[in-house]
Amino acid sequence: MNKTLLLIKHEFVNTVRRKAFVILTLAFPVIALLGLLAAQVIPGMITPTTTIEKVGYVDKVGIFTQGLTEYKTELVPYAGEDVAKTALTDKKIKEYFVIGPDYLSTGLVQRYTLTSEIAPSSTVQTVIKDFLLNNLLKGNSEEVIARAKSPLNIDSTTLTAAGTPAARQGGFSALILPYIFSILLMMAIFTSSGYLLQGLGEEKENRVMEILLSSISPRQLLAGKVLGLGAAGLVQIVVWLISANFLMKIASSTWGNVIGSLQVPPEFLILGVIYFILGYLLMAVLMAGVGSISPTAREGQQMSAIFTLPVVIPIYFMGLIMEHPENVAVKILTFFPITAPITVIVRSGLSEIPLWELLVSISILILSIWGLFILTTKLFRTYLLMYGKRPDLREIIRSFKEA
Amino acid sequence: MFAIEVKQILKAYGNRAAVNNVSFDVNQGEIFGLIGPNGAGKTTTIRMMMDIIKPDSGEIKVMGEKLNDGSKNKIGYLPEERGLYKKMSVMDTIIYFASLKGVDKVTARKRGEEMLKRADLLPHQNKRIEELSRGMGQIIQVIITTIHEPDLIILDEPFSGLDPVNTQLLKDMIRELKNRGKTIIMSTHLMNDIEELCDRLLMINKGRAVLYGSVAEVKSKYRNNAVLIETKGDLTGIEGVTGITPHNGALELKLDANTTPQMVLERLVKKGIVINRFELSMPSLTEIFIKVVGDEHE
Repeated sequence: MNKTLLLIKHEFVNTVRRKAFVILTLAFPVIALLGLLAAQVIPGMITPTTTIEKVGYVDKVGIFTQGLTEYKTELVPYAGEDVAKTALTDKKIKEYFVIGPDYLSTGLVQRYTLTSEIAPSSTVQTVIKDFLLNNLLKGNSEEVIARAKSPLNIDSTTLTAAGTPAARQGGFSALILPYIFSILLMMAIFTSSGYLLQGLGEEKENRVMEILLSSISPRQLLAGKVLGLGAAGLVQIVVWLISANFLMKIASSTWGNVIGSLQVPPEFLILGVIYFILGYLLMAVLMAGVGSISPTAREGQQMSAIFTLPVVIPIYFMGLIMEHPENVAVKILTFFPITAPITVIVRSGLSEIPLWELLVSISILILSIWGLFILTTKLFRTYLLMYGKRPDLREIIRSFKEA
Repeated sequence: MFAIEVKQILKAYGNRAAVNNVSFDVNQGEIFGLIGPNGAGKTTTIRMMMDIIKPDSGEIKVMGEKLNDGSKNKIGYLPEERGLYKKMSVMDTIIYFASLKGVDKVTARKRGEEMLKRADLLPHQNKRIEELSRGMGQIIQVIITTIHEPDLIILDEPFSGLDPVNTQLLKDMIRELKNRGKTIIMSTHLMNDIEELCDRLLMINKGRAVLYGSVAEVKSKYRNNAVLIETKGDLTGIEGVTGITPHNGALELKLDANTTPQMVLERLVKKGIVINRFELSMPSLTEIFIKVVGDEHE
């Protein structure tokens, strides 16, 4: 078998066998699934209150006569505020509200409770609202009253220029998908390139490097490691994508009315895989370069932050990217190789990215990967066998010229 | 064809030449010693032979050609800075490194078992490397170095860190490899190992070749004009002898420039002195080493 293939296989098998890798790969779907189950099970476990809460009210307008009992709440009329207050302090009622004489012009309702709270509970608000509407719309059909209570049930559709429904319909899923996916992408890239860095550090510390280099060239070593670990990362992200699809189906069936149906558009998946591969390759060669010049795995980890921090930058600019995808800063983030993967994923969930922008971004990424690969093999030759000392920038630049 | 031909290689780090214009050849089937004090440039020379680092100038041929993927598989290399994957088992380690040299899994396992058995390490084959002692680990490394039946074996400081038992085991392994026609290059700073094992040697100091040739040639070149004799007779007043010093139970007679050992022997016989042993006094490689390196210091 070709030696590069052997290395790829070795790195791949060793990585997917790692406990940490297996745990991380399974953690995301398992935790999400548990979350979904909890969301379905927990509401059923909360026992609804059986006692009927009493809420008092004082009507100074004189038209709110029709009482109401819904949501386990009974509205009790009081003739005056003093009586209502006594009833409250005597704990005959939980709270009371006063409909002022100028209610019809101001809508003002004063509410009095014994406990402090952030805001009135939604139940109380609904009860009061329904009570007011019932009385205000007295004489109308029940259907009209019911509609007035819930007048708008919006269903919007984005059309393309041709008048057919567009692939991206926006909405909640447009927000949540890019967010979840950019975080998953980042995690996958960091995990596998992190293993690369760690692996190089260990091989340096274990002094295995020179034995390896007696059988294979630095170029084969670099290619084998990058591709082997990349394949492991790809497995991870594919597991995540498949389980995400599955989880979303569950989520849609549970909260379909709240969040709309969450669907992963196929081109989103394709871009996700392309940018995972490119983003990973870029980080991997960068990590390999860092790994080759740092004497220990620990030191390599510290130095790698120079490259890992910028990857996260698009997350900070999420708002800008979402609201102004045409902004120049967003274009720069799309083209700059280190920030490109996350930026493109965030953008692609929201709106169509012009094809030329994608092509430019992908070309820049491929060129940077190739250039860095060549530079890193040079670093490999010079520094893989240098133990205990980290070269300074001048020495590194010189070794690019010499090797 | 030489196993290795090295022509005027030069490697500089900054202003310092680690290896300066060194040339030598290694014959097939011999044990070739690369000796020199620490930091002399032995490891750098070996790394250039293995194409791990490239010389600034000069040429290296392995088995008559420049090193390539195919010829790499014919070399076994035990580096000075050596180690193994700590978490891997002994047999997995052997199979993995053998596969990188083009040996298939079945053959690697079979040979690995044989070699482990000979080194009395077979019961440890499923242990992880980190569970082994340092000496055991080194023997495993030697097994990895030779598992692909290489024609050329390069051992950089093979005895460092080994206890006497494992040292002996390794020496036996090296002799056996030579008997099977393999070429062996070993670097060391211990002269006794060279005297015991090597056919020819190259001594480098501060990046330059200072001695090169067969062990016997080198020793005779550096012999002092002296003889060693064992006798109970009276040695006073022999012509041409400038001094007598005891030397390991015998006496060393220093001769003046006009006297050869043959002449001294004749004179002793003429005087009727009974001689139990007579030999040329040869310096040990250690003495030569110290003399050469010492001279370079001045």
